[in-house]
Amino acid sequence: MSVNINVNTGKNKLRRRAALTDTNLLLFITIGVFIVMYVCAIIFLGKGFTKPQAFFNILNENASLIVLSCGMSLVMITGGIDISVGQVTSLVCMACAVYLDKDHGNGDVFTSLFIALGIGLAFGAVQGFLVAYLEIQPFIVTLAGLFFAKGMTTIINSSQFNVENDQFKVLKSTEVNVPLMGSYNKLGEYIPGYVEIGVLVALAVVIILFALLRWTKLGRNFYAVGGNNQSANMLGINVKFTKFMAHLICGLCAGIGGYVYFMHVGSGSPSHAAGAEMNAIASSIIGGTMLTGGVGNIAGTFFGVLSLSTIKNIVASLGLDEAWWTNITVAAMLCIFLLVQSVILARKNKNKK
Amino acid sequence: MENGAVLEMRGICKYFPGVRALEDVDFTLREGEIHALMGENGAGKSTLIKVLTGVYPKDGGEINLTGVASNAHIRSPQDAQKLGIATVYQEITLCPNLTVAENMYIGRTKGHLTNWKKINADAEKLLDELGIPALATQQLGSCSIAVQQMVAIARAVDMDCKVLILDEPTSSLDEQEVLKLFNLMRSLKEKGVGIIFVTHFLEQVYEVCDRITVLRDGKLVGEYIIEDLPRVKLVSKMLGKDFDDMADIKSESDADNIDYNDIPVYEAKDLTGTTGIKPFDFEIHKGEVNGFTGLLGSGRSECVRAIFGADKTNGGKVWVNGKQVKINKPLDAMKNGISYLPEDRKLDGIVGDLSVRDNIILALQVMKGFFRPFTRAQAEAFADEYIKLLSIKTASSESPVNSLSGGNQQKVILARWLLANPVYLILDEPTRGIDIGTKVEIQKLVLKLAAEGKSVTFISSEIDEMIRTCSSLIVMRDGKVVGELKGDDLNQNKIMATIAGGEGK
Amino acid sequence: MTESNNTIGSGKSFKGFVGRLVQNQLFIPIAALLVLVIFNLAADPSFFKITLDQNSAGDPVLSGYLITIVDYASELAILAIGMTLVTAASGGQDISVGATIAIAGSVVLRVLCGTDSRPEKMQAPIIVAFLICVIVSALFGAFNGALVAFFKIQPMVATLILFTAGRSIAAWINNNELPIISDPSFGYYGNFIPGIPLPTPVFIAALCMVVIALVLKFTNLRLYAQAVGINPSSSRLNGINPQMIKFLTFVILGVCVAVAGFIKVSRLSTINYSVVAKDIEMDVILAVALGGNALSGGKFNMTASILGAYVIQFLTTTLLKFKVDSAAISAYKAVVVIILVVLSAPFVRKKIGELRKKITARKVKAAKEGV
Repeated sequence: MSVNINVNTGKNKLRRRAALTDTNLLLFITIGVFIVMYVCAIIFLGKGFTKPQAFFNILNENASLIVLSCGMSLVMITGGIDISVGQVTSLVCMACAVYLDKDHGNGDVFTSLFIALGIGLAFGAVQGFLVAYLEIQPFIVTLAGLFFAKGMTTIINSSQFNVENDQFKVLKSTEVNVPLMGSYNKLGEYIPGYVEIGVLVALAVVIILFALLRWTKLGRNFYAVGGNNQSANMLGINVKFTKFMAHLICGLCAGIGGYVYFMHVGSGSPSHAAGAEMNAIASSIIGGTMLTGGVGNIAGTFFGVLSLSTIKNIVASLGLDEAWWTNITVAAMLCIFLLVQSVILARKNKNKK
Repeated sequence: MENGAVLEMRGICKYFPGVRALEDVDFTLREGEIHALMGENGAGKSTLIKVLTGVYPKDGGEINLTGVASNAHIRSPQDAQKLGIATVYQEITLCPNLTVAENMYIGRTKGHLTNWKKINADAEKLLDELGIPALATQQLGSCSIAVQQMVAIARAVDMDCKVLILDEPTSSLDEQEVLKLFNLMRSLKEKGVGIIFVTHFLEQVYEVCDRITVLRDGKLVGEYIIEDLPRVKLVSKMLGKDFDDMADIKSESDADNIDYNDIPVYEAKDLTGTTGIKPFDFEIHKGEVNGFTGLLGSGRSECVRAIFGADKTNGGKVWVNGKQVKINKPLDAMKNGISYLPEDRKLDGIVGDLSVRDNIILALQVMKGFFRPFTRAQAEAFADEYIKLLSIKTASSESPVNSLSGGNQQKVILARWLLANPVYLILDEPTRGIDIGTKVEIQKLVLKLAAEGKSVTFISSEIDEMIRTCSSLIVMRDGKVVGELKGDDLNQNKIMATIAGGEGK
Repeated sequence: MTESNNTIGSGKSFKGFVGRLVQNQLFIPIAALLVLVIFNLAADPSFFKITLDQNSAGDPVLSGYLITIVDYASELAILAIGMTLVTAASGGQDISVGATIAIAGSVVLRVLCGTDSRPEKMQAPIIVAFLICVIVSALFGAFNGALVAFFKIQPMVATLILFTAGRSIAAWINNNELPIISDPSFGYYGNFIPGIPLPTPVFIAALCMVVIALVLKFTNLRLYAQAVGINPSSSRLNGINPQMIKFLTFVILGVCVAVAGFIKVSRLSTINYSVVAKDIEMDVILAVALGGNALSGGKFNMTASILGAYVIQFLTTTLLKFKVDSAAISAYKAVVVIILVVLSAPFVRKKIGELRKKITARKVKAAKEGV
């Protein structure tokens, strides 16, 4: 068949529209929101936000959330959800704390890492199996997972305690200096900017998962499954396995995120990471992951976490530091972005008709 | 194995709870042939295809693929793909959120990484070759349905398959696109690919196919070479009996008794929909049966949806029995005595898990009001009456409606709207996807209703049906009314000419 | 109530009484209840002892584990009513009920206390406080409903917003103070009315059940909610407004939450924002699931849901009696949920059906060989 000239002129028209996929559109919105927010913070709240260390502190505080959110995004891209990650984080903290503490297990750091990953993988695998192979609603499965993790945390140890373990203390207090990003104090001394180890782990997770989603077959299959379950099956994708993998990786992220959180706080408590699943979902949604599945980006999620924590910091520096304001702000952010998504979706559907 | 055969299915059986969907069916596909798989709805065509593509596991029999596998176990679409069986389904089975290129290559490339440059370049080349107006990097969801269907075909074509299954691929394509598809099929045939072609359109079968296999009630009727089986015979094979019931339908209608001078039952002026139809005028009188016709996508369904208030309207005036009314939502139309049987039975018609009874009383119940439910006894009486009247085949009025066959589901929806006792009944494709017996019943019913003084708008993709039942036809093209045909103008040639463009030609 | 039709296979092999029993949707909660009863009978029959004691005010009251169960299941049963409707119409669940109970309770206390956090006298009649609480709670229900119905957000995600913010809003309503009502008449609604030996919540729950039974009988709520849950598009073309119905179910749930929240604060005459009705959403969803209702929406059986609520409370009380830490109970319940959903998963049902067919086939074969 010959090349049709009409087709080609039509194509030039198409070309302009083509670049803007749903994923890209939402990613641009997210990055835009973050920049606007940060600039506003610098302009109106001044000093604190201009130093690079202020930015690094946001990273230090939220390293664990970044990891959790990345896992969450993955599951959400396949059209599922995992609300157990917060409590799994708490469980990981408690299990590692009990294992490492002098008065309890007195174990070594290396093994504790495996405990963390093991717990995460176990949750991911069981939940993934139930969701993918038995086709039970992900929300119900992970709600049960949430409560199971909650109960198990209390069963292991019902109160908060700080970990006494020399090896772990070294790990916890390690700071990695960031070159050229320091600042001078009033005396003119150079104070180097630093990040915790957890931040490096989080960045590694972001990069690995970004690459996974962009260039691997498995990653693209996540999108296909989220876009249309049955079509994906017809296209020759193993839908069940893909969904299982999404939950497994999310579980693994919960394990890693749990350990990062543990390195940051250095204690075990049933109330640790309470509501983290909420923050993770909010970050993913703000980051442009569609709840309906098939659309989303890890880079977006990263900026989602940053946006969320920036607004939290802004709220805190406005003097509204009571704990409830944070919750209300997060909920409000989530609400706004959900509405934005809903409007975008409605518009699109209209256009198509 | 037979010489030259690429695919042999022997003694295939498939059971669903309470139903024998396929019983001992044989099917042979030879190299370089286009083989039509024919049968009425429920004959087992789709089931056979789904067994072959691994969507359903088979309960008996064996599948042999020459040179690839004997007694192959196909458990999933992936297995089928690996064995060189490519499929294009009636519904679009692609992912709207991915790009066109990805949709063409996902699930079948080797290795664990995606080489974007390569797949984009390959896809672009293939799209150009097949003349598909789409970009490789475009999101599939932004293409029209027809283009999406073409992309699905492109994917299948590129798979280097031995067996290509086309399951009603033409239902969303226009004439031009169908011709393109046929050329493509012929060139693949040259290359030795065996093509299984499932379609409802008899003309298409006789245009491209070499051989026909007919199924009926899950059993094999026979395999025929196309020259040996004229149309009439094919239809009778599909039905299992000779049918000339259709011929005498027209004689029952008496279009002459309609009084075109009285106040129309329904009248619209400059009615404009938000779904891409141009303003149109429309009126229907007592006892009249008229129809909307035009190609798929010409706006015929959109027109009746606008009349019923199913889609938002943004302009125009409407009179019912001479009184001006506003119809913004379906309930307004229903309260004015208008009923609408929607085009898509599954999506818009039945309420799946609910009982036949609840499905029948639904519309009347809604009209009666939220705070005034029928008693159980009343509801049962209504349901029983209409189950009997339309001879709906169901175990009881308690059975969930999705356990019924397509034709009976359609009758349930008809019962629902007849029960609502409308003065004006809109039937959008009431005969689509149901067996010919029920089709005739429905057409007779339409004429009977008209004789009783009801007005009916009847839409069908089969022009024969429209000619038989309607006393006037409104022809649509590109969202615009392009003509109204009455009396002697109601013949195939005239209608075709009007649809195709211009009375001048 | 209608019988469920979604039983496995043809069901013909299960003739007679047992067959009908198993096919009935009430079978699951009743069977679960029986298991719990038998377990308790075996472990400690004193579980079922009911005694007539005197409480601190000198009034006769009934006490015993069974009384505790029917007492504390009241809120659950009331919430299960609303949750069943929400599940049926929207195919999702409201996970914010616990948090909205905190808000409802907080509103009641706020109205009763006025400006003072520990007033000697109530600053408003109880009925006024209750009505305001109903209105506020219905508004929050409407907020959830609007997100779900008009903005088409999945119910569980939409309600995640209030799930997070609810308890904070509750604290904010009372400026993070913990008001205490000292007037004993406020406690009547959560405890005992002097002279009546049964706890008041039991009566309130019964009243709610009567109301919903009447509503289901004299309106088309059942038909509409089911139709919308199964096929919203078709419902719309039949003149139903699916968005309104979904919205309505969330408002009804909001009212249920108000009643439950009122009982909760009345029990203690005070409130702890982070603890009140904690994890109750889990119990309510569990009750609906235990009642054999599909969590993906559609057909529902209200009786089964309410029965499910009592079974859940039975389970909780049993676990508490055996000295399981109250925070750890959630782990056990999670296991129950998983078992339940796994058993009702279509895939597992199919497998069980196949297994049963095989066994019947084998029996038939054996019988034939015997002949």
